[in-house]
Amino acid sequence: MANKITDETIEYVGILAKLALSDEEKEQARRDMGRMLDYIDKLNELDTGGAEPMSHIFPVENVFREDVVTNGNESEKILANAPAQKDDMFMVPRTFN
Amino acid sequence: MELLSLSAVELGRRIREGRTTAVEAMQAVLNQIDREEQSYNCYITVDRERALKKAEEAQQKIESGALSGPLAGVPMAVKDNLCTEGMLTTCGSRILGNFIPAYSAEAVSALERAGAVIIGKTNMDEFAMGSTTETSAYGPTRNPHNPEHVPGGSSGGSAAAVAAEECFFALGSDTGGSIRQPASHCGVVGMKPTYGTVSRYGLVAYGSSLDQIGPLCKTVEDCAVILDLLASDGMEGPHVGNQGSDFPLRDSTRIRREDTRFTEALIKDVRGMRIGIPKDYIPFTESEQEASGGPDPEVRDAVRKAAQLLKENGAIVEAFDLELVDYAIPAYYTIAAAEASSNLERFDGIKYGYRAENADELHQMYKETRSRGFGAEVKRRIMLGSFVLSSGYYDAYYLKALRVKAMIKKTFDEAFRKYDCILGPVAPTTAPKLGESLCDPIKMYLGDIYTISTNLAGLPAISLPCGKDGKGLPIGLQLIGDCFQEKKLLQIAYTYEQTANLR
Repeated sequence: MANKITDETIEYVGILAKLALSDEEKEQARRDMGRMLDYIDKLNELDTGGAEPMSHIFPVENVFREDVVTNGNESEKILANAPAQKDDMFMVPRTFN
Repeated sequence: MELLSLSAVELGRRIREGRTTAVEAMQAVLNQIDREEQSYNCYITVDRERALKKAEEAQQKIESGALSGPLAGVPMAVKDNLCTEGMLTTCGSRILGNFIPAYSAEAVSALERAGAVIIGKTNMDEFAMGSTTETSAYGPTRNPHNPEHVPGGSSGGSAAAVAAEECFFALGSDTGGSIRQPASHCGVVGMKPTYGTVSRYGLVAYGSSLDQIGPLCKTVEDCAVILDLLASDGMEGPHVGNQGSDFPLRDSTRIRREDTRFTEALIKDVRGMRIGIPKDYIPFTESEQEASGGPDPEVRDAVRKAAQLLKENGAIVEAFDLELVDYAIPAYYTIAAAEASSNLERFDGIKYGYRAENADELHQMYKETRSRGFGAEVKRRIMLGSFVLSSGYYDAYYLKALRVKAMIKKTFDEAFRKYDCILGPVAPTTAPKLGESLCDPIKMYLGDIYTISTNLAGLPAISLPCGKDGKGLPIGLQLIGDCFQEKKLLQIAYTYEQTANLR
């Protein structure tokens, strides 16, 4: 395997992805990501020097509009989906000590 | 039952003529679901009461003359990543196991305004990440042509529901082939329109630069009629190029199009149409076969035969070199994973869906919620995406993939200077057996080779049945067009369907 994924990398990716991985999952992730990156490295065969990165297929440009409310008050429906709520607000666990 | 074998358009006509009703049609579908659903598991949610009530309302509007369109009163299935107001929308994931949207996706609303009635929500690979519908948290869907085989994915529930006559048509979404490949595996018609043709408002995002909603249905005529309604109705999107801001902009996921009368393309005539077949897709000589690997021989022969039929009907068919085919999959998985990692950040246990109970601190809660809420394939792609976007790797992986995407787009631009349409298979094989694909992710990704580049280049493509293999499993023919050229695809597909007469 050309891409050696270190423990530190897996740790770092876990933080970025907000995932808590068991030791077994970490080992699996390291193998999977290594294989996948080996495969993606195929792109390095191509000289892409002249090509601009293309994020959007069409030459669309941003257009502005007036900020007008078109829907009604849906706070009840939206809060109904919250895992926890209190006084018409989302309730979350402790955020700092 | 006779009613169930009708196409969506045929059923709509019968309802308008008073020979059946929207309620009778819905009842027939619900009875079929009672009979077949335990074998196939096409649906995650079926809301019988709502379906019958809405069918009754549609029938009254048809009788009063308020509804008169081609799909008025026709029962439809909706992929479970499209929001439906008041109806469970899970994305095939545990993390959205209790999510009830406050609004409906624009694509769903457009069809409801036209009188189509939702039966329920179809099974799918979790967050549309998979090619077999086996990564769903709600069990796999089985292929109605042989339940030991997968229906394809990720819109496998939608494709299987059409094939099993558990609906008259369905909506799916296609990020790398997720409409066309299950359509192919289940022997139905499926289309991914040009990127931006159908609003993605209310579609739970996977890879936003690649996602597109489209129909899965029984005939090319149904496909054109559904696309007409999806593309022309509702909110306005931005023009291509800056044509000024003097129109109301409401939907940034959509490009404003004038030419959306797709049913006008239902013409049985391919004379003079120029059709190109990439040598890597369908090798014509032994040496080409050896060089590319190519699809399974039974798939290859069925697609060749379809090309021959179009040629006999006056199309100009030739083989050509489409470059960069081998680079589409690595570019795609880099971009799709990057966008997925960003799009799926929102699932954090705060505003909707599952929350891990035991965490007493916020960051711990995020991590526990996501780790338990997401399945293995979703986590794999989120981690890869986080990695390719991280500082130090962004240029080498993500920007590199976007440069390759630009080059792939250019090779298609060149091909469409010579051809009206590119013809090939949808998938290298027919539907694999359950349990054969997930053990080797890269092998599963390689199965997307013929569908994936159209998403990178934003192109429209249609999948339609062109035969069966020795085991009786359907084989799909894929036609790919230049951006905004759905009409050419529909005309060629319609001509093939009417001439081959496989239905």
